[in-house]
Amino acid sequence: MSTLPEGWNMVVGLEVHTELKTNTKLFCGCANLFGDEPNTNVCPVCLGLPGSLPVLNATAVEFAIRIGLALHCDVRPSTFHRKNYFYPDQPKDYQISQYDEPINAEGYLDLPDGTRVRIERAHMEEDTGKTTHLGGTGRIHGSDESLVDYNRAGVPLVEIVSGPDIRSAAQARAYAAELRAILVASGASDGRMEEGSMRVDANVSVRRGEDAPFGTRCEIKNLNSLRSVQRAVEYEALRQITLLEAGGTVNQETRHWDEDAGKTHTLRSKEEAYDYRYFPEPDLVPLDPPAEQIAAIGAALGPMPAERRATLLALLGEGASDAQVDQALSAVEQGLDRFALAAIDAGAPALLSVARVANELAGTGAAGEQLPEADFAALLLMEHAGELSATQAKAVLGDLVAAGGGDPKEFAAQRGFEQLDTGALDAVLDEVIAAHPDEWARYCEGDDKLAGFFTGKVMAATKGQADGKAVNAGLRARKG
Amino acid sequence: MSVRDLAQAIRSGHESAVAVTQRSLDAIAAQDGEVHAFLDVQAEQALAHAAEIDAAVARGEDPGRLAGIPVALKDNLCQRGEVTSCASKILAGWRPPYDATVVTKLRSAGAIAVGKTNMDEFAMGSSTENSAFGPTLNPRDLSRVPGGSSGGSAAAVAAGMVPLSLGSDTGGSIRQPAALCGVVGVKPTYGLVSRYGLVAFASSLDQIGPFANSVADAAELLEVIAGHDEMDSTSLADPIPQISAHLDDGVDGLKIGLCSDLLNGCDEEVVASVRHAAETLAGQGAEIVDIAIPELGFGLSAYYLLAPAEASSNLARYDGVRFGNRVDGDDVTAMNTATRTQGFGDEVKRRIMLGTYALSAGYYDAYYGQAQRVRTMIINAFAAAYGKVDLLLGATAPTTAFPVGDKVDDPMAMYLSDICTIPTNLAGHPAMSVPFATGADGLPIGVQLLGPGMSEERLFAAAHVLEKGARA
Repeated sequence: MSTLPEGWNMVVGLEVHTELKTNTKLFCGCANLFGDEPNTNVCPVCLGLPGSLPVLNATAVEFAIRIGLALHCDVRPSTFHRKNYFYPDQPKDYQISQYDEPINAEGYLDLPDGTRVRIERAHMEEDTGKTTHLGGTGRIHGSDESLVDYNRAGVPLVEIVSGPDIRSAAQARAYAAELRAILVASGASDGRMEEGSMRVDANVSVRRGEDAPFGTRCEIKNLNSLRSVQRAVEYEALRQITLLEAGGTVNQETRHWDEDAGKTHTLRSKEEAYDYRYFPEPDLVPLDPPAEQIAAIGAALGPMPAERRATLLALLGEGASDAQVDQALSAVEQGLDRFALAAIDAGAPALLSVARVANELAGTGAAGEQLPEADFAALLLMEHAGELSATQAKAVLGDLVAAGGGDPKEFAAQRGFEQLDTGALDAVLDEVIAAHPDEWARYCEGDDKLAGFFTGKVMAATKGQADGKAVNAGLRARKG
Repeated sequence: MSVRDLAQAIRSGHESAVAVTQRSLDAIAAQDGEVHAFLDVQAEQALAHAAEIDAAVARGEDPGRLAGIPVALKDNLCQRGEVTSCASKILAGWRPPYDATVVTKLRSAGAIAVGKTNMDEFAMGSSTENSAFGPTLNPRDLSRVPGGSSGGSAAAVAAGMVPLSLGSDTGGSIRQPAALCGVVGVKPTYGLVSRYGLVAFASSLDQIGPFANSVADAAELLEVIAGHDEMDSTSLADPIPQISAHLDDGVDGLKIGLCSDLLNGCDEEVVASVRHAAETLAGQGAEIVDIAIPELGFGLSAYYLLAPAEASSNLARYDGVRFGNRVDGDDVTAMNTATRTQGFGDEVKRRIMLGTYALSAGYYDAYYGQAQRVRTMIINAFAAAYGKVDLLLGATAPTTAFPVGDKVDDPMAMYLSDICTIPTNLAGHPAMSVPFATGADGLPIGVQLLGPGMSEERLFAAAHVLEKGARA
């Protein structure tokens, strides 16, 4: 699992910020939208204008509780604090966050490999604006000018802090992937790392032996994909080991992951760390959601990825290959297993359903997620019944996704995908065999690889309208 | 004429809002060159609004309870499109894009905003000498301060420039200038009046309240600005007290505690006035009992940790990035530093430093934490006292208005002028100052009535009794 030098272990904890997909911001009525014109979704509150006051968004609280419950946390009475520091993306020059009394605490997340990672807390806070530095160094000190977009300022976040329970870079990646799947399943977040709606920081330290005390840790920032989480953690652990083996010491510091260079570098040392001067936010009142509300939110949560993986793997059965199991896991991770379940429910085979979800539907992105599950199931039933070939089914799936759903029979008809009747297929088969006597003789002598050759010829002759399975059956029947 | 009668005359068409507003503007023009109560007079806007009120009356509509009444606003209340500077260079010329909730409420009641009043910068001070735009002088004696921080609003009413004004009270900033200028000033229950649009000094202590020439006028204004506001999470959901309806309830049968700890450090003539006030209340049927609440003595120390701590955070946003004035620098940190160094006055800087220190790692528990514990102790002590008495009586300020320049170089002496008013803010309770006597220097002496949370009906009824028995 780990590629660390003999005798070394790493200890990793992750801090994950996830934006909540509420309609409005955490403390005002501005739209929570990604990608709009800069500084259009702003008001006196999220710009921190003098005299403005925050009012807590009830839906954000509900979403935070969903995340807490999905991570087996204790949902508690909580308070907000101010985290004070100067930065131009922070409209008030303090961030409203939760400090010693977070809404969710003491949960856990089970990795697919069975490892249990403790969740220390999952608390609410507001996002900052976004700075762009132009010219010069391209960073805040030394650029020619800096632009700030406050559309993101005040967007609700939940920060999920894991215990120091992760022991490899692969596990760190698996944790981030599983957490993302849970966030998506809870309906509280869309988990899009590439858009920055889910952001991962990693605390990494190393030690000799599994029982040695933890080493000095470094916090790694700017991990924008699952791949960078794994690469950065691996790099950082190796960097620390190299340093220690050379007789050096690890300094507690914040480091920046450079994805292109594949390296981390110092952002600020412990001595430069801010004193945030946390104190209770006097503009907000304590939050104490009633037990009935928490219970109702828990009852409305759908099944989480672990349970859904188990369900899908059981449907695949014992005989599934590693590749097929991977397809099922990937379907769950991407939150697309509901399509496979709908198709299986309707009577399509589990292997076919999972393969079409993991290989074809997953490739269609956000548009695919909008497809009505029943339309997908109807398509797979057609394929299963031999009314569409695999190639045709994939084409019709593309049409369905593009149209946002519909009757697959109609899309098949529009494409002229009428299944050949048995008589027509027999005629084509006979023609193809007659045209390739040598190949046919070798096939009959036992060279099974040539089945593909004949299937291809039949498909070409029928413009893909023949059913592959029927072609194979015809070939075998003629072979005698 | 009372505010209610004047508004009634305007609502019935017997008096013109334009004429009333013009008289107010004339009084400002005549006196404000000397007094300097106003930072900005909105003459044109005020007259235009008054004309709308008169037109509405002519159409048979009722423009509201304060129809045509000129009101002055402390310069820390946001008014859409009108300069709101908090008497600070850093916000000089800043025009908010929105109205404070109290401004909206005043307008829907038909009141005419005539201008913004001078104050200690960001409400930090007790004499209005900390204004970046020059001090306000006491209209009763121009050699004296009007008190602060709402000195402009107190002076504007005392000078007869406006019948009503709004101030804000964080540690006494309404009651102390009311006492020094000889007008009524009220610090309502925390949460009774929305803080939305009040530029924050110390959020857990700030409360907006009225200045008026009489208890009844103050009640009119408070009833208009009070009430739950969904824009302020600390706003109370309770129904608005029916203060005017209970104004003549009297004090017969009430138990009122004469609190020795609210007389500590006060001049003898101030103590004597408070004792006379107690006699007046007793004469109207109140039972006066002596009560000691020694915990109140710790209020000043706790306040000067908590208020600066909150202020250090509230004032961080004046960084030159988004609004207000910017002083350029080589990079963003240099720009922030230059902006704040040049934009803030000495007292504001002093409190930001005090507050930053009180919240710093390693000092938090000894300073901010300890002050919070003292605050809880004071809240409990008040609760115990209100278990025995209905209201408390004490001094508002230790002295009459002191000479301009007297305390500017001695912050501690200045802080002590709020020793009797601060405990109420820490508890979130209502209290008011009523002019009751005149000192040997001919200047007004106010006495302070205090009550438990949401006791405004009882508080005003007692104040009304005091007002009628005043020896001014």
